[in-house]
Amino acid sequence: MALKRNAVFRGLKYRGGGPMLAWLLHRIGGLAILVFVGTHVLSSYFQYQLASELAQSINVIYESVYFQVVLYFFILFHVINGLRIIILDIFPQALEYQREATWLEWLIFIPIYGLTVFIMLQQHFSGG
Amino acid sequence: MSSRPAPQIGFSFEYLMWIFTRLSGCALYLLALVGFVSALVMGARTQMGVGDLMRWTFFPNSYHVVNTNVPDVDPGWMNAYWNTIQMLVIFFAITHGMNGLRVVIEDYVRRPWLRIFLRGLVFLLWLFMLIVATYVILTI
Repeated sequence: MALKRNAVFRGLKYRGGGPMLAWLLHRIGGLAILVFVGTHVLSSYFQYQLASELAQSINVIYESVYFQVVLYFFILFHVINGLRIIILDIFPQALEYQREATWLEWLIFIPIYGLTVFIMLQQHFSGG
Repeated sequence: MSSRPAPQIGFSFEYLMWIFTRLSGCALYLLALVGFVSALVMGARTQMGVGDLMRWTFFPNSYHVVNTNVPDVDPGWMNAYWNTIQMLVIFFAITHGMNGLRVVIEDYVRRPWLRIFLRGLVFLLWLFMLIVATYVILTI
């Protein structure tokens, strides 16, 4: 699809609301997961097969709890939003309820993410 | 305004990848559930933290549990069962992800020759990641 206008900047003016935010986070999260998994697989290979120190410092970033909290946000959102997309693709008659589905998805996401991150941080700070 | 050709009815690559993305998403859900439940059955509740369990669920690799209180990583956490799950996760996740990358590129790249070139690059990256991930799993 060749666009004559800049997709990113003009797109931000589109007031798509909740569903557009979900689409955006899903796409950004997907790319973030790709970058993370790609670099993590490569740096693990270099660290364990070739004993590279650079690879080890990259993996140290990935082991930090703060990185994991941010990454987990994108992973969990991509996972839950993905399920919503799959369900709406199998039952297209539910597409009228796109906005409600998006609210429901956040309602599911926030407790799971909040609880997990709370436990992760608590275990990190209490020497777990 | 030049646009890519409209999708045709019938089995095309686009259609099959669209279906595959949904199916691989469900498969990854099942594999994550299996990994999560199996880890708890193997005693993860008392042997590791929530972050470690999340890491294991995301990808069940023995290296993800070496810094935990697991008494013996081998053989409970690294055997043929887990190798099979890892290979399935690798295949579904990498193909799912590379297809997603292809969709994003096709959405934003305007020039046709660059799109075709990047599509080829994504295919090579897919092949490369499958091979490297398989090698890392089966030899470490």
